Amino acid sequence: MNFYLLTLIKVAVVAGVFLTALAYLQWIERKVLAHIQLRPGPYRVGPHGLLQPLADVIKLITKEGFIPSHVNRFFYTLAPVLAVSLALVSISVLPFGPRIEVFGIETWMQLTDLKIGVLFVLAVSAVGVYGVALAGWASNNKYSLIGGLRSSAQMISYELPYAVAIAAPLLLLNTLSFREIVNAQSGYYFGFLPRWTIFQGPFPQIISFLIFLIAGFAETNRIPFDLPEAENELVAGYHTEYASMMFASFFMAEYANMLTVSLVATLMFLGGWNAPLPLPVSGFIPTVILVLVAAICFYHGAQPYRKWDRFTFPAAGIISLGLAAIFLVPILQPILLPLFWFIAKAGILLFVFIWIRGTLPRFRYDQLMHFAWTFLFPVAMLNLLVTGLMVALFGK
Amino acid sequence: MDPFLFLLLAAIAVICALNLVVQTHPISSALSLVGVMGSLAILYLLLGAEFIAAAQMIVYAGAIMVLFIFVIMLLNAQGERLTRRGAYVKIFGVPLMALFLGLVAFVIQAALPRSEMVHFGGFTHGGPADIGRSLFTQYLLPFEVVSVLILIAIVGAIVLARKEID
Repeated sequence: MNFYLLTLIKVAVVAGVFLTALAYLQWIERKVLAHIQLRPGPYRVGPHGLLQPLADVIKLITKEGFIPSHVNRFFYTLAPVLAVSLALVSISVLPFGPRIEVFGIETWMQLTDLKIGVLFVLAVSAVGVYGVALAGWASNNKYSLIGGLRSSAQMISYELPYAVAIAAPLLLLNTLSFREIVNAQSGYYFGFLPRWTIFQGPFPQIISFLIFLIAGFAETNRIPFDLPEAENELVAGYHTEYASMMFASFFMAEYANMLTVSLVATLMFLGGWNAPLPLPVSGFIPTVILVLVAAICFYHGAQPYRKWDRFTFPAAGIISLGLAAIFLVPILQPILLPLFWFIAKAGILLFVFIWIRGTLPRFRYDQLMHFAWTFLFPVAMLNLLVTGLMVALFGK
Repeated sequence: MDPFLFLLLAAIAVICALNLVVQTHPISSALSLVGVMGSLAILYLLLGAEFIAAAQMIVYAGAIMVLFIFVIMLLNAQGERLTRRGAYVKIFGVPLMALFLGLVAFVIQAALPRSEMVHFGGFTHGGPADIGRSLFTQYLLPFEVVSVLILIAIVGAIVLARKEID
């Protein structure tokens, strides 16, 4: 098939899925946070608030896009554009699955594979701070300015452990292309332990995985590192003066960065779409999980807590039984199983992001800097040195 | 396609560079510099020097310029007023500039007579492995000397910036 047509279709699919995932990530975050705090969360728009993201988008689009009179107009409008476009661009080099065949056309589940894919993601995340810093400065407001300042200082500081934590597994994998990184993590030790970089010899990369996650939290300005928008000291930080879609772009950028960090962590450390167990066993895991979900749904449908539960729970149960059956179709398995594992791993990491937001308080600013420079960076450096030594001594 | 891409990116780089000098506000100048670095990075990438392109974005555009902007924001530097130019500048400015550019062009012509035109994609030894190999074999001594130099610069900066504590 024509290369351009195929690429256009892939771009459309990836962009559509990615943007929908961003909208629903916000719904999931609100739901999970609500359940952590023992409240129901969004509930009114659609069943279990499922249409809430749509309502939010309509609300944000129809709000007045107001530009305050005291701002630097050019940079004020440029900042959200920069923030959101730089946050969305990383997805173009990340693979989601192996080579697949759909209607006789073979293609990779990836937009493009750069030989320097990892460096590309690092470069984009390094430049990504301009959106936040400029927004803070151009707003001409002391709270925004402090937010922007904090953000740039934090990004420079955490960029180092972030990059060094990525460098250590690269020594094991010996490539910078995401596709080859995942391929180098396929296979199993002793027939059951996956060769993901967090388990891979000669030196398992668990430490750099944790450092990468911590630095990733700081890079995406998430709690406990959300100093740039600390609402109890800075009103709303760098986006205090923004409204309407400009405000929404900062939100989208934050969620897109969160998603990118989770996907990169999945690809670099958790073996991408490689299953945690060898094939005959792991092929049934999605089905078993979905059947369990269906069973729980039927149980709750039989003992309704609210009166409409008698209909909604069995319906959900039937849907998950259907999905469980789809996962058993042999033609679809090579497409669905890798996607399932990839989404499951990334989803668990995203849940950790939200879980930590619901659990930990915010750092104080000096603690944040102290932690980065006197603990995280030395540990990351030491880990890199030990990995290098082990690879030199026992590597292939 | 090659000349078109080159001219486009070169034009962006030159316009950003001019904007850097013309702008009166430090933040605008700093961002123009980021524009210059970005367009140069794309040129490197098109020429096949992938690693240099990525390093340019990560180190210069990502780290160093963010630090610049941080400092400008921290000092809350305002736009500067243009000073009035003297008569000599008005009379001799343009001719001297033309002379200087002509000299630069002449020196390049003299140093590299008849250099071949490069083509995008023609050079394929710019990957990370090639860079690493040449840094740690052929250019090992300069590489290590530069790292010592940078260390000295860091120590010097700390000494200069340190407050006197009795």
